[in-house]
Amino acid sequence: MLGEGILKGLAETAKNFFGSYFFAERLTTVEYPEERIAPIEAARVFPFLVYDVENRDGGGPEWEAGLRCVACQICEKECPPKCIYIEKSKDKKLDYLGKAQYYPAKFDIDISVCMSCQICVEVCPFEAIKMDTAFELSTTDRFGDLLLDREQLAKPNEHYHKIHPTEAAAVDAHRAEEKMKADAKAKSAAEAAAAKGETGKMEVKPAGAGA
Amino acid sequence: MTVAGAVRKQLPVGWNRPVPIEPEGEGELLEVAMGPHHPSTHGVFRMDVALDGERVIRLKPVFGYLHRNHEKIAEGISYLASMPYTDRLDYVCPITNNWAYALAVEKLTGQTVPERAEYLRVILGELTRFQNHASSIGFFIQEMGASGTPLMYAFREREKILDLFEELTGARMMVNYMRFGGCRVDATPAWLDHTRKVVAGLSAFVDEFEQLLRTNEILMVRTQGVGILTAELAVNAGITGPMLRASGVNYDIRKVDKYGIYDRFDFRVPLGDHGDIYDRFMIRLLEMRESIKILEQALKDIPGGPVMDPKAKIRGFRPKPGEAYGRIEAPKGELGFYLISDGGPNPYRYRVRPPSLVNLTVLEDMCLGHGIADVVLIFGSVDIVLGEVDR
Amino acid sequence: MKTVEEIKAAIERAVPEAALEVVLNPSASGQHSLRIEPGCALKVASFLRDDAELAFDFLSNVTGVDWPDKEITEKVKVQRMVTKTVDGAEPGTEQAVEETVEETQKRVEPGFLEAVYHLYSVEKREGPLVLRMRTVNRTDQVELPSLTPLWRSAEFQEREIFDLFGIVFTGHPDLRRLLMWDEFTDHPMRRDYVEPDDFEYEPTAHDDVLKRTEAHRAAMAEQAKSGPAKTGAGA
Repeated sequence: MLGEGILKGLAETAKNFFGSYFFAERLTTVEYPEERIAPIEAARVFPFLVYDVENRDGGGPEWEAGLRCVACQICEKECPPKCIYIEKSKDKKLDYLGKAQYYPAKFDIDISVCMSCQICVEVCPFEAIKMDTAFELSTTDRFGDLLLDREQLAKPNEHYHKIHPTEAAAVDAHRAEEKMKADAKAKSAAEAAAAKGETGKMEVKPAGAGA
Repeated sequence: MTVAGAVRKQLPVGWNRPVPIEPEGEGELLEVAMGPHHPSTHGVFRMDVALDGERVIRLKPVFGYLHRNHEKIAEGISYLASMPYTDRLDYVCPITNNWAYALAVEKLTGQTVPERAEYLRVILGELTRFQNHASSIGFFIQEMGASGTPLMYAFREREKILDLFEELTGARMMVNYMRFGGCRVDATPAWLDHTRKVVAGLSAFVDEFEQLLRTNEILMVRTQGVGILTAELAVNAGITGPMLRASGVNYDIRKVDKYGIYDRFDFRVPLGDHGDIYDRFMIRLLEMRESIKILEQALKDIPGGPVMDPKAKIRGFRPKPGEAYGRIEAPKGELGFYLISDGGPNPYRYRVRPPSLVNLTVLEDMCLGHGIADVVLIFGSVDIVLGEVDR
Repeated sequence: MKTVEEIKAAIERAVPEAALEVVLNPSASGQHSLRIEPGCALKVASFLRDDAELAFDFLSNVTGVDWPDKEITEKVKVQRMVTKTVDGAEPGTEQAVEETVEETQKRVEPGFLEAVYHLYSVEKREGPLVLRMRTVNRTDQVELPSLTPLWRSAEFQEREIFDLFGIVFTGHPDLRRLLMWDEFTDHPMRRDYVEPDDFEYEPTAHDDVLKRTEAHRAAMAEQAKSGPAKTGAGA
């Protein structure tokens, strides 16, 4: 019969249309912004700098003192569209392991250029830069407002835990491990120095006396 | 020219040029510029069409509106930094673009890829092929006048697949997932279960889609016998992908080159008889079913293990001097990358062989003599993405 | 899978005047190429396509490559006249004597443009055969024969090479620019291409883009100061 194919197609459309009143999988519209779908943990939009509230060295505002970034400029070099601009500081601060590190005097990310590729996060050796998930970022000033500076980029570790819980937990565990190793090394170095200080020369300890 | 040995066939000079059509009416030809602002041209693409009444006498494609000089940018940044740019070539299928580039670099350096990474590549590649064919058919039907309903059904499934990509890689489209020597991040068992659930529902969708469209009389009348491409011209013009197979040529790079681990999967290659638009549409539908078969097999057999070659370097990657050409069967055709390395951190020459650009070579041949309404359908059946054509 | 040497031998048997050279590929891909002199290219390509055994009926990729002039500094032994004291003569006297000394010489190896073709055989399922053709130089002798009459797939790709590199393909049915607009004059993919100075505000400019942005802004400020009567060059 001529028209049979069209009728079969119309039956499909009717199934979808009437089915959308009864089955949730046929009605997939999410009425944004009143309704939102659950955020996916791995989602990435633009980078942000992580700061730790408890590791601060020196005065100044909380976010500045606790920044993990040591201005090594690796992310600046590896960024494909070159949207990161870093200026190193002249002095150093102590980081969470007790080493003296530089910190960024200027850290700008131009999010109108950033392509959310996440290579900066992948290459950062200090877990200092991570991907944020905020995407409702429209501004009215085309040239200035989309250039985020250090203060706008710095967010606390709690924020990182809120948006990427499993990742943040893994990073914290890794940093705690590093801190334990550094503390143990510092302790044994201090004991060796104290032992040396008492006698004035290196003591030959009998075997098995521990360090 | 003296030829020792047999010759395949002597074809007359100029056999592969478009056959000119004589205008029937009197008066001037009507010159229409279709595009670049046009809802049916899949992006910023222009066709300068000369019409005699409604028949197409001459058609010249004009593009370059989306030219971003990707190849020169790649000469200035490192190999890894080009990976996010490859996402933006064929922006509907970022995974296969990444895979082709990673394959070309792995050919250049001789790196091996761990088995789990190969399985993940196949799973994501076939999911990409499925959603690309679904949207391609959806857009094609919309251009024919179906006002977007089949398109939205296709997009419903595509959303499920994009959610899978976001869970694994962090981004729905610009995934930046492949690395030289494996994949960036491993898939959790939860993700694999979610994928299995999604794949289980895809078959029902393809059945619905087929019932909606395959025997539709309007579709059959408008597409059967229109835009015919012969097998000889297709091979000579470098056509690849579903367009080539619709003309009856059995050439699927997954079966020919057997890159990755495709020789382990049991799937068929659908071929067309006539080389018209209807065949191309049906081949994409059948390839969706074959993709589901491959996905089911891969999800069943995926082994454990690492997903990155442990010796692979992320920073300071300097391949030795030399060159390599690596190609894959992308959903649109043969996507190839040609790299020349001079030993430095940046490639010396980086070339993308875009399937969409080469498939457009025969657009004029297929459209001559047809009405202007058919031009939109023929163009839609070629299935191009301007990001790839212009780079 | 035939090796490049076997294919070269087959071509030389069929087309005796062919001038071929195998270019080895040091990387792990093993894709060695065959360099063809432009004069015999069409005959060699016809043989490759029409031969029943090789049957390279599918041209997959056509690429252009720019090899600019190379300045080479090397130590060379030359004969020179040197004034020195010669043994046997009176001490304090110097004579001119010919001797071999090592000198650092600079020379410029001329650059060229290159077109690379990747051929496959759909019929025989054979892998890539890489052909190369080089122009004489980069400035005025930039012609190469077009392979479009043999393989239609070269049509758009050779147009792109003409557009972006400047190689003129003789025998191409429709050689115009492809990606750039028709009135554009330069060839963007060449290594010595300088971008025109008309870019927009660049907030995170680096390195030499930063220098050029600052020079550009200084020039614009000068122009604004001197009033609208003066028309400066560029943007």
